[in-house]
Amino acid sequence: MGRRGQEEAHGVDREPLITVRDVAFSRDGRAIFHDLDLTVMPGRVTVVMGGSGAGKTTLLSLIGGRLVPDAGEIRVAGENVPALSRRQLFALRRRMGMLFQSSALLTDLDVYENVAFPMREHTRLPERLIRDLVLMKLELVGLRGARRLYPAELSGGMARRVALARAIALDPLMVMYDEPFTGLDPISMGVIVKLIRDLNDALGMTSIIVTHDVAEACSIADDIYLLDNGRVSAHGTPAEMQKTTEPAVRQFMAGLPDGPVAFHYPARDYLADLQSAGHA
Amino acid sequence: MQTKGTELAVGLFIVAGLLALTMLALKVGHFHVLGRGQTYQVTADFGNIGSLKPRAPVTAAGVRVGEVRHIALNPRSYRAVVTLRLLKRYRFPRDSSAAIDTAGLLGEQYVSLSPGGSRRYLKNGGKIRVTQSAIILEQVISQLLYKKAGHG
Amino acid sequence: MNPLAGIGGAVGALGRRALAGIARLGRATLFIARLVPSLGGAWKRARLIVQQLYMTGVLTFVIILVSGAFVGMILALQGYNTLVRYDAQSSLGLLVALALTRELGPVLTALLFAGRAGSALTAEIGLMKATEQLAGMEMMAVDPLLRVVAPRFWAGWIAVPLLAMIFTAVGIIGAYVVAVAVLGLDGGVFWSQMQAGVSVTNDVIGGLIKSVVFGFVISWIAVFEGYDAKPTSEGVSRATTRTVVSSSLAVLGLDFIMTAFMLRGL
Ligand SMILES: Nc1ncnc2c1ncn2[C@@H]1O[C@H](COP(=O)(O)OP(=O)(O)OP(=O)(O)O)[C@@H](O)[C@H]1O
Ligand SMILES: [Mg+2]
Repeated sequence: MGRRGQEEAHGVDREPLITVRDVAFSRDGRAIFHDLDLTVMPGRVTVVMGGSGAGKTTLLSLIGGRLVPDAGEIRVAGENVPALSRRQLFALRRRMGMLFQSSALLTDLDVYENVAFPMREHTRLPERLIRDLVLMKLELVGLRGARRLYPAELSGGMARRVALARAIALDPLMVMYDEPFTGLDPISMGVIVKLIRDLNDALGMTSIIVTHDVAEACSIADDIYLLDNGRVSAHGTPAEMQKTTEPAVRQFMAGLPDGPVAFHYPARDYLADLQSAGHA
Repeated sequence: MQTKGTELAVGLFIVAGLLALTMLALKVGHFHVLGRGQTYQVTADFGNIGSLKPRAPVTAAGVRVGEVRHIALNPRSYRAVVTLRLLKRYRFPRDSSAAIDTAGLLGEQYVSLSPGGSRRYLKNGGKIRVTQSAIILEQVISQLLYKKAGHG
Repeated sequence: MNPLAGIGGAVGALGRRALAGIARLGRATLFIARLVPSLGGAWKRARLIVQQLYMTGVLTFVIILVSGAFVGMILALQGYNTLVRYDAQSSLGLLVALALTRELGPVLTALLFAGRAGSALTAEIGLMKATEQLAGMEMMAVDPLLRVVAPRFWAGWIAVPLLAMIFTAVGIIGAYVVAVAVLGLDGGVFWSQMQAGVSVTNDVIGGLIKSVVFGFVISWIAVFEGYDAKPTSEGVSRATTRTVVSSSLAVLGLDFIMTAFMLRGL
């Protein structure tokens, strides 16, 4: 697995698909990123890991242009995302697929129509062709038989697979997956892992996966980035990451509660908090 | 998608709305005195207009021929100056008279015109000279009572 | 706590609420300014508007029909009760028709619509926001303003005047039925008195104008509140309540202003 990626890692002269340079971003006055640097090479599966609240979803929103950084540069396929007009941004997004943490399926449309949605919005394909394409995408995720169900009638895992079929409906350059593995049973998990890998290799897409599942990340990734404290604390291939001696990386990869990575959201002293009763 | 049924229902809904509007326009209300093109204005002075209001009807022989446009008080004569808008297709002799009548005992007040015999007609901006003020019910009653007292 | 601090706190809270209200008004204005350019484009996808007309108009139809009939019948009974003292029953049709065309038709329809369809619009858009459906559309390069908000806005705006005309017409028919069947009045007099006194240009068109304005304002408030809702279940439920409260108040306030202008003959 990832052999193709390994080869390309050594073929140096390919342009990166995404570059994030010195990005700073804060929300409600709280810094979420500072000096964030990250590169995604085309055709590879890049995994971004980090604890809950580390800003993984935020990073995907920045790349997708839904949020604008306070400073720094974000380039996708050569375009400077924060500087794009709405029209240019929409043109770029047609080449991006995104799988939301919550699937984000349109609840008033059934499975079939959800997958057909991007095609109907962006193309003038005849109905027959749309039907063939939708069934093909649904077949890929194994849900061709569920095409007349509504999102409310799907399990979480099924919904995620439908969302995946929708994300690849227009054969995008790249797909961003926000926590594709959470809440899946082991079989669905295996299916999704394989699916992402296959889509990446077979369709030549680039994948960015955000997750905190170490085992899955290692099994699928070509490159891993570890986010901590608003910046990239480590990156490398899965093998490099597992061999590293750096304590923060070791802590995360081994899932140890104590170590340099803070488990707690920043707060004042616990004892002081307990003593100052009445002031929440 | 159940588009066919939806479209049909929406179509019927719109038709129902337009039918309702048509009914309101044709059966419930009347079109009346419209733009300046179809009307001309004349004034009439009254000693007392009672409770006459702008937009009250103007009739001749019971037929509606216009409406009250404007009411003001002449600051010198202290008489009420009533501006009437009349339909162009109705012309009235210059010596016509205007009276303020009441529809029913307590109904709306309106202006009724009685044509005179002149060969010359009222023109835009003209004035009706012969007028009869509103009959104030209270005054009539008190006069009646007074007369009765005088007889008895 | 000392009493001054308490008063200060209360005044502060009042100020905060006022500021929040002004900020909301500002956001609503910006929102409609952003929405306006999408409004024309929405007609290229008229099917979406038709679908929303079904949700807002057709599903409110029955409520409007029933309420209109009842209001007309009640007006007939009450009006008769008063008019008969002055021996003016013949004006019953006129009384009912004026009340319905000028005021009750547009206003009651607007209030019912705000409660039935306006709140549903807000809840729907708010939930789409809370479940990231709007964000998902944005990421699929689909503008939610064009795809989701504009068709709903149009549908609401179109539905209200149509419903108001239906309400008024049904109300008058209801009053007629009561007048003739229950009160024993003459049907011909009912209609002729009404027709003599109700002016299409002033009363019917005036009511129509009112309902067009109400439709615009309710739809605006409803889609704005949904789009502006906090993306949580609590946020959506609060937004829904706000839609009903603000649009009802807006309708009554605007009705007063418009009535004042119309009676002055402007
Ligand atoms: N809409 C928002 N407004 C304000 N702060 C936010 C908002 N969304 C996220 N945050 C903050 O930004 C930080 C990063 O959030 P983000 O959702 O990117 O985390 P995450 O890494 O995706 O976490 P998880 O693994 O739990 O999904 C969090 O600390 C959160 O408090
Ligand atoms: Mg997240």
